[in-house]
Amino acid sequence: MERSTVLIAMFAALIAALGLVPKFSLAFGVPITAQSLGVMLCGTVLGAKRGGAAALLFVVLALAGLPLLAGGRGGLGLLSGPSVGFIIGFPIAAFVTGWVMERVQSNVLTSSFIASFMGGVIALYIPGVIGMALILDKSLVAAFGLVSAFVIGDLVKVVICGFVTQVIYRAQPDKVLSRT
Amino acid sequence: MIALYLSQGLSFAKFGARMLWPLWPFVLIIVLYHGITHDIAAGGEIILRMLIAVALANLVTMTTALNDMIDVLMGLLRPLNWIGISTKPVALTIALFIRFIPTLIERGITINAALRARSTGKSGWRIIVPLTLSVLNEAEHVANALRARGGVGTNEEG
Repeated sequence: MERSTVLIAMFAALIAALGLVPKFSLAFGVPITAQSLGVMLCGTVLGAKRGGAAALLFVVLALAGLPLLAGGRGGLGLLSGPSVGFIIGFPIAAFVTGWVMERVQSNVLTSSFIASFMGGVIALYIPGVIGMALILDKSLVAAFGLVSAFVIGDLVKVVICGFVTQVIYRAQPDKVLSRT
Repeated sequence: MIALYLSQGLSFAKFGARMLWPLWPFVLIIVLYHGITHDIAAGGEIILRMLIAVALANLVTMTTALNDMIDVLMGLLRPLNWIGISTKPVALTIALFIRFIPTLIERGITINAALRARSTGKSGWRIIVPLTLSVLNEAEHVANALRARGGVGTNEEG
């Protein structure tokens, strides 16, 4: 019980800290931040319930006004802005990542790739694109066109997430709760 | 709306305006899109609606202390108590979370400095593995410390 509580709180804080990692830009100028990588890691390391709870805690406190999102954003305004779907999608993404991670019976690297792709890309972009389409009053296809450039960045994160999870699993297998 | 912001003083209004700045790529996209489709009125309406909605929500955030927000949140969770789910761990988790943000940022900076001392390359994303591992280790210590001091507690123990 104590362990879960602390892990949830600390991984939420980890997502916040990763928002400060300097973003690097892809060749054509699309910035990618480490924040959604943190969300994927919540899922692959903590599993569905704890990982989802950590991301939910992060999002709730960001909405309550802490400037936690990359670029120092935070507050209720996020709910009426175009990225509302991505914000709401964070806990869903972490949960789905963890859920898939707990069920794919492959080695840690492959499972993490599959899980973080299903969670951090598919499960994140569905609410993300719907939210953007609603706020900007565009069709779903047009909204997806707007964010499609970011998909590449997120695919890079899927790869990084896979390797990071594998290294963590090698260093401390008992700490990767999605595997125990 | 603007009057509401100005009523709190000029620097407050300036800060409010800066909070809207991250929206500019979306404004640009809508302007371009509706410029091409010659439907300027609809585009203007979308932009205005979005800016006003965000600005009003920001106003609530800017005039409400974090403690009050958390109180509201705990109030919303209170019905969980009636069906026997304790909300105390939730409050504790929120407190731990806020407590650990600066700690982890500081640790990130330390790891960054350590990596840079050993290599000339940029270290940005390489801090993620050591940072995550240190979180996992630290969590163990904090959990033991919590347990030694009576655990996360429930409403009954009170």
